[in-house]
Amino acid sequence: MTAIPDTQSFAPDPVLPKRKSRVWAKFKRSPSALLGGVIVLFFVIVALLAPFLPIPGPLETDWGAVRKAPSAAHLFGTDEIGRDVLSRMIWGAQASLLAGVVSVLIAVAMGVPLGVIAGYRRGWTDAAISRVTEALLAAPFLILAIALAAFLGPSLTNAMIAIGVSATPVFIRLARAQTLSVMTEDYVESARAIGVGHVALIWRYILPNIFPPILVQGTLTIATAIIAEAALSFLGLGQQPPAPSWGAMLNVAKNFLEQAPWMALYPGMAIFLVVLGFNLLGDGLRDALDPRDN
Amino acid sequence: MTTPLILEARDLKKGFVTKKPLFGEPTVVRAVDGVDLAIREGETFAIVGESGCGKSTLARLLVRLIEPSKGQVTYEGRDIGGLSDKALRALRAEIQFIFQDPFSSLNPRMTVGALIEEPLRTHGIGTGAERRAAVARILTRVGLRAEHADRYPHEFSGGQRQRIGIARALVTGPKLVIGDEPVSALDVSVQAQVINILEDLKDEFGLTLIIIAHDLAVIRHMSDRVGVMYLGKLVEIGPADALFAAPAHPYTETLLAAIPISAVGARKAHVAVEGDPPNPIAPPPGCRFHTRCPYAKAKCHSEEPELQDLGDGRSVACHFAQDLALKGIQPDIGQRSEATAKRFEIYSAARARTDPPTNTKSTT
Repeated sequence: MTAIPDTQSFAPDPVLPKRKSRVWAKFKRSPSALLGGVIVLFFVIVALLAPFLPIPGPLETDWGAVRKAPSAAHLFGTDEIGRDVLSRMIWGAQASLLAGVVSVLIAVAMGVPLGVIAGYRRGWTDAAISRVTEALLAAPFLILAIALAAFLGPSLTNAMIAIGVSATPVFIRLARAQTLSVMTEDYVESARAIGVGHVALIWRYILPNIFPPILVQGTLTIATAIIAEAALSFLGLGQQPPAPSWGAMLNVAKNFLEQAPWMALYPGMAIFLVVLGFNLLGDGLRDALDPRDN
Repeated sequence: MTTPLILEARDLKKGFVTKKPLFGEPTVVRAVDGVDLAIREGETFAIVGESGCGKSTLARLLVRLIEPSKGQVTYEGRDIGGLSDKALRALRAEIQFIFQDPFSSLNPRMTVGALIEEPLRTHGIGTGAERRAAVARILTRVGLRAEHADRYPHEFSGGQRQRIGIARALVTGPKLVIGDEPVSALDVSVQAQVINILEDLKDEFGLTLIIIAHDLAVIRHMSDRVGVMYLGKLVEIGPADALFAAPAHPYTETLLAAIPISAVGARKAHVAVEGDPPNPIAPPPGCRFHTRCPYAKAKCHSEEPELQDLGDGRSVACHFAQDLALKGIQPDIGQRSEATAKRFEIYSAARARTDPPTNTKSTT
């Protein structure tokens, strides 16, 4: 046995904070990211608490109060058949947030595997996936979503599927590009040198390392998807009446813009705010997860 | 002298296509251009050469991390190139690789324990508990602590990370380890630790080592044989001592001359190569080194020398190997040069250290 230097003593206790806390610290320092987080959190909590809040039901009509301006009884006023706008907005938040999150989950679930396979296999697999992606990207996002939703038939579920499919190419492209860049890293070569199989390599090396940009893109896409859901509902392709959704509310409200502007104002503001919130949150995450500075 | 061969390369070539026009010939960088090698079991073989000479490519070809354009590598008589994907992966338990850059060669999202356990897991060696025990054992063996298994690579210094890389390479008990400049990214004092660990583990595990390096000083005392590479080809192969004492190829001489020595009257050739190595896309005709060789003659411009046997296990690719009296570095009997002495001092200091020093902390 040869003497090994007692290099143990050289090993200092790690002084660097863990990655996660560093990301969080950076996130906290950005007021806009925090604001975005707070807005998103607020809408999520309100949407979840909808059944427990002291508000009239979203479908409850009050024929004595049709198109009444905001008052103590109806904080945001009432609509054309006497339903409480605040209540419909809160319940509509469920549809909007759900549509945003679910359609992005659909897009991630389809786009990331395809993108990773394209970047990992390269060659003709990549060529085939990439050409289809480009073809899909050639059609404007909303037009594609409208076409798909119209094809599938009007319902909230179909709207989510349509939006999810339309958002998929972005994730394919992102996942492919990220995979290509991770594949050039030394640690991927080290995995190959050890004999790690393809599945394990993708699972342990590629996916964890391409996750941050996908998280950021996902957050930003939720905002886009919420707008798309509102647009589809506005066109009658999303949430079906009488169930509430911000887009559907705007659709009806446009007929009463002069008599009852509050019917359009509040759902419009909600869309604006929640989209702003997701965008700020996404930008904040991008900066916080960027390892380049700090 | 007749120890069995463990790894053999025959006429190994690798070209990288840099530009592929629609018509006409693609531009090819000939990174490795016809290398023959025979590595004996248990020896330490060093491959040296300047940046861009293709030594890292050669290292990767030897373990088929990249596919050769031409040629054959045999490991224990088996043609590696003919193995299926699965068989090749299984073989990787026996052939391991140590990477140059300890900062980029460890997956930042895996704990040290998971990184070191991975080879065992991949090859289905041991149960979970046995694997964890093996990880703890090898961690202490390379001078880290078992508790370090729960931490992430970014929490460690360069030297520590390289030791993690070594632990990862050795945990399966491989027969052959290839180090691609394993210490060149570390600073000198840390280089010493890592080299010591490698040497000790080599003896303990009965490894065959192939070390790629550009720093002759580093490999000098740890290698049995040295191959000097220039522009994709091996220009000289020989036992380390003989090659250092009396190089047979002018390029080897210039490499040796580049080792700093400060002793007065030290025997040293005053040769310096000028300019950069030629473009490997279009290597010069004749001897590849003729553009920079101080001894080049007419024949060198037109005729490419083959590797010729000089006896005593030495071979060289130079037309005038017999005529030239090239200067090397005397074996370090007597006094060592100051630089070498210093280096050895650091080595022994690192070896002697047994108590936690208060003022030393590994850097980088």
